[in-house]
Amino acid sequence: MNDMTQTDLGPIAKSVLRREDQRFLTGVGMYTDDVALPGQTYGVFLRSPHAHARIVAIDTAEAAKAPGVIRIFTGADLAEAKVGGLPCGWLIHSKDGSPMKEPPHPVLAQGKVRHVGDQVALVVAESVLQAKDAAELIVVDYEELPAVIEAVDALKPGAPQVHDNAPGNLIYDWEIGDGKAADAAIKKAAHVTRMQIHNNRLIPNAMEPRAALGVYDAAEDHFTCWTTSQNPHVARLVMSAFYNVAPEHKLRVIAPDVGGGFGSKIYIYPEEICCLWASKRAGVPVKWVADRTESFLADAHGRDHVTTVEMAFDKDNKITGLKVDTIANLGAYMSLFSSSVPTYLYATLLSGQYNIANIHCNVRTVYTNTAPVDAYRGAGRPEATYVVERMMETAARELGMSPAELRRKNFVKSFPHQTPVIMCYDAGDYNATLDAALKAADYDGFAKRKSAAAKKGKLRGMGLSCYIEACGIAPSAAVGSLGAGVGLWESAEVRVNPVGTVEILTGSHSHGQGHETTFTQLVSERFGLPTDNVQIIHGDTDKVQFGMGTYGSRSGAVGMSAIVKALDKVEGKAKKIAAHLLEADEGDIVIENGEVKVAGTDKKLGWHEVCLAAYTGHNLPAGMEPGLKEGAFYDPTNFTFPAGTYVCEVEVDPETGKTEVIQFVAADDFGTIINPMIVEGQVHGGITQGLGQALLENAVYDDNGQLLTASYMDYAMPRADDVPSYKLSTHETVCPGNPLGMKGCGEAGAIGSPPALINAITDAIGNNALAMPATPARVWAAING
Amino acid sequence: MSTVSTAVNGKSVEAVQADVDPRTLLVEFIREHLRLTGTHVGCDTAQCGACTVHMNGRAVKSCSMLALQAQGADVTTIEGLAKDGALHPMQAAFHECHGLQCGFCTPGMVMSSVQLLADNPKATEQEIREALEGNLCRCTGYHNIVKAVQQCQAGGVPANA
Repeated sequence: MNDMTQTDLGPIAKSVLRREDQRFLTGVGMYTDDVALPGQTYGVFLRSPHAHARIVAIDTAEAAKAPGVIRIFTGADLAEAKVGGLPCGWLIHSKDGSPMKEPPHPVLAQGKVRHVGDQVALVVAESVLQAKDAAELIVVDYEELPAVIEAVDALKPGAPQVHDNAPGNLIYDWEIGDGKAADAAIKKAAHVTRMQIHNNRLIPNAMEPRAALGVYDAAEDHFTCWTTSQNPHVARLVMSAFYNVAPEHKLRVIAPDVGGGFGSKIYIYPEEICCLWASKRAGVPVKWVADRTESFLADAHGRDHVTTVEMAFDKDNKITGLKVDTIANLGAYMSLFSSSVPTYLYATLLSGQYNIANIHCNVRTVYTNTAPVDAYRGAGRPEATYVVERMMETAARELGMSPAELRRKNFVKSFPHQTPVIMCYDAGDYNATLDAALKAADYDGFAKRKSAAAKKGKLRGMGLSCYIEACGIAPSAAVGSLGAGVGLWESAEVRVNPVGTVEILTGSHSHGQGHETTFTQLVSERFGLPTDNVQIIHGDTDKVQFGMGTYGSRSGAVGMSAIVKALDKVEGKAKKIAAHLLEADEGDIVIENGEVKVAGTDKKLGWHEVCLAAYTGHNLPAGMEPGLKEGAFYDPTNFTFPAGTYVCEVEVDPETGKTEVIQFVAADDFGTIINPMIVEGQVHGGITQGLGQALLENAVYDDNGQLLTASYMDYAMPRADDVPSYKLSTHETVCPGNPLGMKGCGEAGAIGSPPALINAITDAIGNNALAMPATPARVWAAING
Repeated sequence: MSTVSTAVNGKSVEAVQADVDPRTLLVEFIREHLRLTGTHVGCDTAQCGACTVHMNGRAVKSCSMLALQAQGADVTTIEGLAKDGALHPMQAAFHECHGLQCGFCTPGMVMSSVQLLADNPKATEQEIREALEGNLCRCTGYHNIVKAVQQCQAGGVPANA
């Protein structure tokens, strides 16, 4: 059945060029900062210069008199208005049964600041420059407190306390799997590989900085918030449920064109709530746009795990056990989904592509005086993949075995496969992607290239990474049982107009993924309609009834599944109408090329004729309602499991420690693919972010909690000359869990690439102890240390 | 306040005038005063290149100069690159090669790419990558941007705007 599904969809797999390009290429895209309303004013946030301090007093008197200033708000104003704090939407319990420690996360600081960039006041003025000038006149009397920055330090006795009601800075101490079984496997093992692994802190850096524009319409008693969100409906839900600003039916959230997200625009941040609330208080629209330094200081960061890991092998080099202990730094406050990232999005993937009978993982998360940490492209799965794939490569070296063969020996080969850490892998062919990647990388010719490089004085290395991820999270009841505060389904509505054009309203949100093109392909193919006759509508809570948004590679497997369900209903009704009009049996009706036909006859109607008949209602089957509009909610039956093999080849200059990425090969299994061009684009971007993490990027705080990497002068983003062109291929096994057989492709590149690169460099230099990012200084030290 | 007048996208110096705070950056003038919002601001340190426009035939980062420095100059923004409704060959190549995703860096990337081929019509892949070093993209991994520049290159060297 699955094969048939794929064959039936064959014609869909076309690299159709993107319809959204025209507006972006000609400069008429509409991002939040491009919206200009009459009487619009500008908000600027005064932020804490200290990592940890008590606010003794705030004096806004001088600032309030500055030219152009309309209002200044502080935490006291919000407290008086009973504007609530920011919640975390996923409740994790410690292994002793106690709930995670979640102290208040105020929208503007209440009495204390807890990281550099924590927001203290909002200045609303007629221009940005006036607001900035006035912000400089606010006098805040801070009493500095000792700060703690690193996760490991936060757990030490006597460490500064970030929150009074989180003793020892511990948020939760959680575990998964069978610790005794994992210990026993390690005790009995023929070989144990052990490593300490740091997954470096990253800053997501979507190219469009976050922005918000709050508007209050007094006539209608109604709010509108334009915002850079990946999930505007979730934003509306959270804003109305927690902040005492506006109830859902009086709040419209619009996420127009959004310039990249990568997770950082999932969360509800203080700034949009402030702008929305202030728009009513000040009586004017209030717009805030982050400058890049604010983005560095106040966007949710990613990763930042410190892990100790042991992997046990029997005498046949089969993995018998895996024991992992992780400390995750979640920053100064809990962000919206931060608690789920180092737990259910991380430890549940520690089985990798391998058959491992015994796994145990313990995770402690801590507060520190740093920016909050939440999901960033991959979210937990890159951290898991990095642990597993660094271990596999290192173990192969210790066992004197080919890294490819050690993996092959341990691959999961039959499906479904239940791991010891919740996940049940539904389909895959890990040998196929491994073989394809090795072939594309000319694995067998590597030794020759290595010796050729050596003659030039260069160290050449090759590294593998066989990743697996879990996307399309997940049955809502299952995530609910694990602590999620929301369901993770998706909705869609198909509105067919009387002339036969089609509007698709989707709860997914595109911020670079090309949904307008891909979703149109699906609809156009289904009814044989010109693509111009299909419109995709998203990102506006007044148009789309509800949706869960786009993250976790879910818009194909979940979002498009909802569209398919709604299309099924529309097709069913259209066929009933056509059968009635053509006096045929409903089962004989087929829809193709824009025509509705009776199979095997020349009786037919135009698609538009059937649609018009639905709306005139002159001649419908008995009892049928007029109209042609259907909605659907789709709740997944399981996670999906994209997987693949990445191979990286590098050349290291031993004199300077500089690494050049010579080639990067990716062989992925994403299930069914609708638009290969867009899928490849997702992989290119993901790989580059992963290579960025492994080679260049690092969020660095000094001991006082000052972010040293708070601009593009200091935070090393991958640039065009840092990376090569990539060699990609895809090898589908169809996902049995959704109607299209899709798995998702948005995060794979960022998940699979960091270990491939570090494995390649460590292969080149002959030293396994190398931390990300592999800067020339670190590589040189690893060679010469 | 100071008066700034520049020629923009074919409109004459006399036609484009505004009173601005002397601290106003060229990009702010373009976005806020002229309401040409295709030119974007992605950073505050002249690193990301999203604000790249052409001034007197050269690509410049419009965030790193004052509006008053463009007094009397001839400025082309992304809105002025297509002629008579037809995309500039570089815009067309970005479309055909999927050289854009979220679109935010795209205007600056296209303007820089036009400059790079004007400067070096026979640029190799490595030279293309080096020439685009001043424009950050977080979505595409640069792979298809490089392909777009190469495709434009193969189709003839476009004139600088």
